[in-house]
Amino acid sequence: MSTAGPPPPSRLDPEPVPRRDILGLAAMFSAAAASFFALVGMLRMPKAAVLSSPSKRFKAILPDNLQAGEAFVPPGRSVALFRDGEGVYAISTVCTHLGCIIKPAQDGFECPCHGSRFTGDGSVKRGPAPRALPWLKVSHTGGNWIVDEGAPVPPGTKVQA
Amino acid sequence: MTPVSPPPESLHEFLENLKAAPRHIYETAFRSGKPATDRSRSTFIFGNVFLHLHSVRTHRWTLRWSTTMGLGIITTSAFLITLITGVMLMFYYKPFPEAAYDSMKDIHFVVPTGRFMRNIHRWAANVMVLAVILHMARAFFTASYRKPREYNWLIGLGLLVVTLGLSFTGYLLPWDQLAYWAITIGANIAQSPREVTDALGITQYFDPGGLQKLLLLGSDVVGPEALIRFYLLHVMILPLALAALMGVHFWRIRKDGGLARPADADKRLGPPPAGTCPIFTEAPQRTYHLAAVVRGKTPAVNNGPENTVPAMPHLFYAELGVFMLTVLICLALALVSDAPLKELANPNIPENPAKAPWYFLGLQELVSFSAFMGGIGVPAIVLLGLGLIPYLDRETEGTGEWFGGPGGWPLVRRSILLGLGSTLLVETLVIRFGWLREWFPTIPQLIITAVNPATILTTIYALYSLWLIRKYRSTRAGALGLFTCFLCGFLVLTIIGTYFRGPNWVFYWSPGDWPKH
Repeated sequence: MSTAGPPPPSRLDPEPVPRRDILGLAAMFSAAAASFFALVGMLRMPKAAVLSSPSKRFKAILPDNLQAGEAFVPPGRSVALFRDGEGVYAISTVCTHLGCIIKPAQDGFECPCHGSRFTGDGSVKRGPAPRALPWLKVSHTGGNWIVDEGAPVPPGTKVQA
Repeated sequence: MTPVSPPPESLHEFLENLKAAPRHIYETAFRSGKPATDRSRSTFIFGNVFLHLHSVRTHRWTLRWSTTMGLGIITTSAFLITLITGVMLMFYYKPFPEAAYDSMKDIHFVVPTGRFMRNIHRWAANVMVLAVILHMARAFFTASYRKPREYNWLIGLGLLVVTLGLSFTGYLLPWDQLAYWAITIGANIAQSPREVTDALGITQYFDPGGLQKLLLLGSDVVGPEALIRFYLLHVMILPLALAALMGVHFWRIRKDGGLARPADADKRLGPPPAGTCPIFTEAPQRTYHLAAVVRGKTPAVNNGPENTVPAMPHLFYAELGVFMLTVLICLALALVSDAPLKELANPNIPENPAKAPWYFLGLQELVSFSAFMGGIGVPAIVLLGLGLIPYLDRETEGTGEWFGGPGGWPLVRRSILLGLGSTLLVETLVIRFGWLREWFPTIPQLIITAVNPATILTTIYALYSLWLIRKYRSTRAGALGLFTCFLCGFLVLTIIGTYFRGPNWVFYWSPGDWPKH
């Protein structure tokens, strides 16, 4: 019957959450949040925005006597260039497993680090490599072949001179 | 009398003080005098900022050779040796690609004692890795991680990770073929979450692997940025982290009441042998008021606190002995075996085989089936499991005893057989018959990532551990089995990776069978 709620708290009772604790907690929380965001902001610095590695585009001169299915690796580059009746194409020689440089072998490629084998079109034959070798963009301008290691193209893309 | 000149006494006093100055300097530096009594033995330790991480008294159980085998002190000593020799090497080392290799050649062939310093540095680093692994095994097998030492076990895991990080970052610095290709492989292991994200086709939206590699190398290939980052980690960030963690680790030993020991240690030790500095020469005048600071019960009046002896001389002489032994081992190894230095790094021709340091070769063996599971997945599971052990095993039976707990040594012996057997069996099968990709070339990568020697062995060990928990009704029994299995797996894989893998990571019975090239 009686609808009287709990008696009004006495002035002498302690507050459920003392005001000072609230202020103290708020201060600590702001300090922690500020430090956290400062740290996250600082972590942007080690994440390089510009990569210092050499340019991925380069000019290649194919030997005249390059046979179909024979690989030509331009010096200092990790790309194998091929020429057959349908045109010129480039396959990356960086192993998709752990980044070793693979060697062109008979009918395919071999990785020296963990024994991955690839067929002549770059697909995985055996070993731990998780993906096929990417085909790279080749273009023909002014009598030169330009290869772009940073631009993968669908396998089977061959370019006529 | 008129005071025209200073009284002769002051000049005399000045000369006396000058004469006594060396003695006074010594006395003010070492205030407690010779550690000859209980009191001066104590002040010798807590009056010295470097020594006071130790407690002034040590339980006799701690000093038994079989309690620790000195492994923690060996690790610390090896760290001190690498610290000193590392600073010496920094006088000549230049962290820039070709200059780095040239400076290594200088250190090797021109710098006085340079080659010897580098050899000591390299051997001490190897000793440190080996000792830290054995130290962890000791703490595990004596069940020393249990309450109240759970947190110190976690700090110890942190120290293990930082130690391996120091070794890994040091590996790149010579900038030779070995360094370059081991780090290329390591950086691509950091990138290997792409194995999963690529298979799911989400790499362009969510690429933790690429981010890890970018942060590690500062570029997409191992170049000058990578070298300066590894150098910074190796000489500054990781040593500081290690020193900080070591401080906490040592301090916690004291706060947790010294090393773990069996409940009946006092009874089993019996009376102290002759030649021990006495438990207490004079009865203390009052109770030790340590109750508020240190766990455990307050010692009674007129009794020495438990079965303890003064840390000076007993503990310090033991530590000094272990330190000298470590120095001796490192010097001897450095005299008989030179640290390798191969040809200058060549980004176009991989070293074949490109092998990481020996303690990563077990992982490299697993990585040769799945980069992500072998290099990141299973190591992460192992670290997580190790970290959880003290929080899951809340038992008390067998604390402080070798192979303590239900099952004991017979269980460990069976687990050794199972661990060695299952790892050898799985490895034999995959070496003899190949793996999924050879049988089904079009199999989806996700299946290989999920099912490979790393995950198969982990599953075998985990199921065995669960069976042990049920059989013995004890988490400790499961942990004993699991830890032993992983240790055996690590051993077998490391030996296979080190001695039986040749060019193209092909299995060879001996390096003499490797093809000549």
